[in-house]
Amino acid sequence: MELLYNIFADPFVQMATMPDFLLQVLWEGFVTGTLYALIALGYVLIFKASGVFNFAQGIMVVFAALSLVGFYQAGVPAWLALLLALGVMGLMAIGIERLVLRHMVNQNEIILFMATIGLSYFLIGSGELIFGGETKSMITEELGLPTGSTVLDVAGGIVILQHIDVAAAVIAGILVAALAFFFNKTRIGRALRAVADDHQAALSVGISLNQIWAVVWFAAGIVALATGIMWGARSDVSFALQIVALKALPVLILGGFTSIPGAIIGGLIIGMGEKLFEVYWGGLMGSGVEGWFAYVIALIFLMFRPQGLFGEKIIERV
Amino acid sequence: MIYREAGQFRTSYKQDSAIFPILQDRIAIYFYLFIAFIVIPLFGSDFFINSMMIPFLVFALASIGLNILTGYTGQISLGTGAFMGVGAYSAYKLTTYFPEANIILLVMLSGFFAAAIGMVFGLPSLRIKGFYLVVTTLAAQFFLEWAFIRIPWLYNYNDSGAIEVPQREAFGIIVTGASATPTVRYLVVLSIVVFLTWIASNLIHGRIGRSWMMIRDMDIAAELIGVRPLYAKLSAFAVSSYIAGVAGALMVFFWLGAAEVESFDVNHSFLILFMVILGGLGSLVGSFLGAAFIWMLPIVIRAIPKMTGLDINASTVEQINFMIIGALIVFFLIIEPHGLARLWAIAKQKLRVWPFPY
Repeated sequence: MELLYNIFADPFVQMATMPDFLLQVLWEGFVTGTLYALIALGYVLIFKASGVFNFAQGIMVVFAALSLVGFYQAGVPAWLALLLALGVMGLMAIGIERLVLRHMVNQNEIILFMATIGLSYFLIGSGELIFGGETKSMITEELGLPTGSTVLDVAGGIVILQHIDVAAAVIAGILVAALAFFFNKTRIGRALRAVADDHQAALSVGISLNQIWAVVWFAAGIVALATGIMWGARSDVSFALQIVALKALPVLILGGFTSIPGAIIGGLIIGMGEKLFEVYWGGLMGSGVEGWFAYVIALIFLMFRPQGLFGEKIIERV
Repeated sequence: MIYREAGQFRTSYKQDSAIFPILQDRIAIYFYLFIAFIVIPLFGSDFFINSMMIPFLVFALASIGLNILTGYTGQISLGTGAFMGVGAYSAYKLTTYFPEANIILLVMLSGFFAAAIGMVFGLPSLRIKGFYLVVTTLAAQFFLEWAFIRIPWLYNYNDSGAIEVPQREAFGIIVTGASATPTVRYLVVLSIVVFLTWIASNLIHGRIGRSWMMIRDMDIAAELIGVRPLYAKLSAFAVSSYIAGVAGALMVFFWLGAAEVESFDVNHSFLILFMVILGGLGSLVGSFLGAAFIWMLPIVIRAIPKMTGLDINASTVEQINFMIIGALIVFFLIIEPHGLARLWAIAKQKLRVWPFPY
């Protein structure tokens, strides 16, 4: 009976009596969710354009952040380091297209997926070799990002907003808007969608697959860099981020693999749900539930709607 | 070159469906078994047996488990590490409750717990596949990892949170714990691995294995011609998790001696997936080759700088190892998606017809 009370009543009583704390938790979840959504966005971009499920997106985030910090530590000014890091991501995109994807056209998607796992191991090894395995702190101030915090009086209590979190949410919003514009209004964006629809049809109207793939991996690289900066500003830049980035997978499941709004909403649902569950119900189960909550939600969700919230219905033919 | 199979005719269905239809292949198998059972225990050093042969066999067994699921049934899984953990923890609990029982029997029993858990997490595979399934196996991985830490009953409420292998006997010989000799532990592991490989081979070549392969090649078509996906997929999950569970129990009881949750983390799942990919998807020989390759590679990389006098520190070796494995995965998937097993088969065929290639 007490257990039932603890599960079904007590958390809600707590929420009602301390609305400021609830808001704080929701805000934390919102920010985490934005970051998940950003990582998921990288996956969706590549999946939409080439049907490759890019497992290496997580390590690309780490790689981008590390090269940014690495350049800065080598004495390059912050804005130039940012450009150089972008250059690194561009080179990486071209390299991946040349060395890996070009040779794997028409392969089974699972084979492509496993190739990106291999790729991510290669990037982990080379990243540690170049930048060293130790944790680095992000150059938040040097990049002109706001630090500090604002205390808001809400509902008889306080809610603390970190400025960097607000910036993260704003930048994520701008990035999504820019991507939506890019996909819908520009020439290359249209070509990208054509490739996503049908490789052969796209080829037959004169779209270069290789070029498109390099472009889309570069776009994913830009998203990775933005994610890396934001995540690095909240916690430090380290290779542990790569495991956290796996959380984008349940986000994708919720949102559907091909939908950009799905990635955003999925990210927010997972981020906020996870924080709420950890804070209000986690204690009952010995805490640490954040590690698996997202996956289990995705698992249950899959049972009822295998194509995700916004995904296209899966039709199979023999 | 070395042998000719001329004059060996198959005169019955039984002979025709034999796994090793050629006499020389059968001799080769007996020869490998002879080396593994007699020569290595007699002449192998403790270091060689303890840090090369035992882990190789354990990982080979885990790879066979994953290969049944991924290579034969086409369901990709990133939860192998956790299923190994289920095997290890249940063997530990079993031996706590039945200290007098034969530990080998308990290890074999522990696999059934892993099989049950594997089937639960395999249920979503009936509705979903591909990447979606990867997420559900990741759910298994992270949930079970959490359970190994947060349920103290699993490690008998001890302070370290690790499972320590007690000293246990089988057939009057000490086989686990600190006072068991490497040779004894090696022989136990080898026997179990050989036995389970034999079972797995028979399953794969039989009716059930064929239904797995049909599901892999095209599940809807398989369903249309009468394979029940429910039975085929769940049995693949069960067999795969059983083998992985036994491998996990062997790993802790006969190799590590003590284990924490880190021994079953997601990196181990990746490691075993790599062994399967490099060795060859859908090949038992490949599981052994892949395990040998990935386990020996860092040892070789560590040995090279010593021989050439180069000074490379341990973490650099680790990083280079990561890079080589990653590059090899991509390379193999591009050049030879069937892995080392296929290279082995090609080499054998070339030797067989040499010097007359036609």
